Amino acid sequence: MTEDQIRTQLFAAITKVAPEADPASIPADADIREELDIDSMDFLNIMQALHRALDIDIPERDYPKLFSIASALEYLSHKS
Amino acid sequence: MAEFLMPSLGADMADGRLVTWLKKPGDRVQRGDIIAEVETDKGVIEVEVFTSGTVEKLLVEEGTKVPVGVALALIREGVSEGSAPAAPKRAEPPVRPASAVQAKPPPAFAPASAPPPASALASAPPPPAATPQPARLRLSPAARRLARELGLDPTGARGSGPDGALTRADIEALAKARHPAPEPEPSAPAPRPAPERAESRRATSAGPENLALRMRQAIAAAMSRSNREIPHYYVAHTIDMTIALDWLTETNAARPIAERILPGALLLKAVALALVDYPEFNGRWENDQLVSNSRINVGSAISLRNGGLVIPAILETDQRSLDELMHKLQDVVERARRGQLRSSELSEGTITVTSLGERGVQSVYGVIYPPQVALVGFGKVTERPWVSAGHVVPRPLLDVTLAADHRASDGHRGALFLAKIEKLLLEPEAL
Repeated sequence: MTEDQIRTQLFAAITKVAPEADPASIPADADIREELDIDSMDFLNIMQALHRALDIDIPERDYPKLFSIASALEYLSHKS
Repeated sequence: MAEFLMPSLGADMADGRLVTWLKKPGDRVQRGDIIAEVETDKGVIEVEVFTSGTVEKLLVEEGTKVPVGVALALIREGVSEGSAPAAPKRAEPPVRPASAVQAKPPPAFAPASAPPPASALASAPPPPAATPQPARLRLSPAARRLARELGLDPTGARGSGPDGALTRADIEALAKARHPAPEPEPSAPAPRPAPERAESRRATSAGPENLALRMRQAIAAAMSRSNREIPHYYVAHTIDMTIALDWLTETNAARPIAERILPGALLLKAVALALVDYPEFNGRWENDQLVSNSRINVGSAISLRNGGLVIPAILETDQRSLDELMHKLQDVVERARRGQLRSSELSEGTITVTSLGERGVQSVYGVIYPPQVALVGFGKVTERPWVSAGHVVPRPLLDVTLAADHRASDGHRGALFLAKIEKLLLEPEAL
């Protein structure tokens, strides 16, 4: 899967949880939780959506590695 | 024959507008079926029926605003599962024009068709009146601001976001496509309910700005009543969460992502189980005395992204496994943010839990939702110094607080209640 495809899935997962969000406008290194005012339930829903879309396991201990758009893309690219 | 009544979905709900009938005369209904949608200050709520039987007659037309407790329909009780469905009857035109509808006095809360807890809550409507939902029109604060700046009324527009949410780009496109329309006057007459059900599910008589104002007013009314009538007292307790969090980490590590549990589920279960031993915090203050609730329905305060909050309850919280609680919590949060809560979830909470820890708050001192008599607050789990076996060690600590009604309980019992929550969290595998 290309990085663009992963980005598309990541943005889709974010906008499913926060429909009002425009993920493209989030600074790449900004903390997604703070930028979008999302809580742990929302974050878990994003992780679950990524798991379904990309068919990868994301251990709980790795959640901090997905704190920003940039770090999430790096992590997901490595795992896919 | 049972009457299906306009339910009370909060202490300060005086009336509601019947938006849509989802059943017609002749339809069989089972307890828990959604029979209608009602617009309140909380938005459009799916209303369940608490009598099994056959819809005999609809008494109120769609679009009619009626006081709480007025009969909306008649349900013929006792139709068994296996019996043939009643022949559909031609619906007689509902007979009550809006202006003629009057609230019945007390019998309006007759238990025959009111939700079971409503019978228990007879004269005291259940809690979170202050829990309005967002308008069904989905648009972000930025999109709303832009619409306001452009003088654009986006009502009825469908956006490119999930579930038709409107983005800034959608508003810009709308502005180009239309001549700017003036913002609707708050006092504008309510539109007639849309003829199509799919449309009417989203129809509200108030624009989003007006609904937001009504939400704020509902919260203001409930909180003012609480501070005016309830003599609050507060106690706090600090819990070492090491054991609970270690257990959770270990448990989640062995589970697929869809089955992982959040700490919030542990906290809800611990509160619910502690209430079994301390029922005075699971009651309501009624006619100058504490009345116990037979079921433990813990409500979770959920903030809405566009402002306001809702407090849907998970029914019989103490009876559910952690897995069930987690799934219920996930479901209810998702539906709360979509504005698709059900009447029982908003009307049957017996205590409220609020957690602001994720926003960095260390301790929460809440305001009780009348007629409830207690509210539990959880703060942020933070690593702080803790003395253990004579040594100062860093530990993940959680402050839990109790706001309680001093008419119903005393601080001593409040302190014991919080200590019980701690004890339960020290044995997470038993939750």
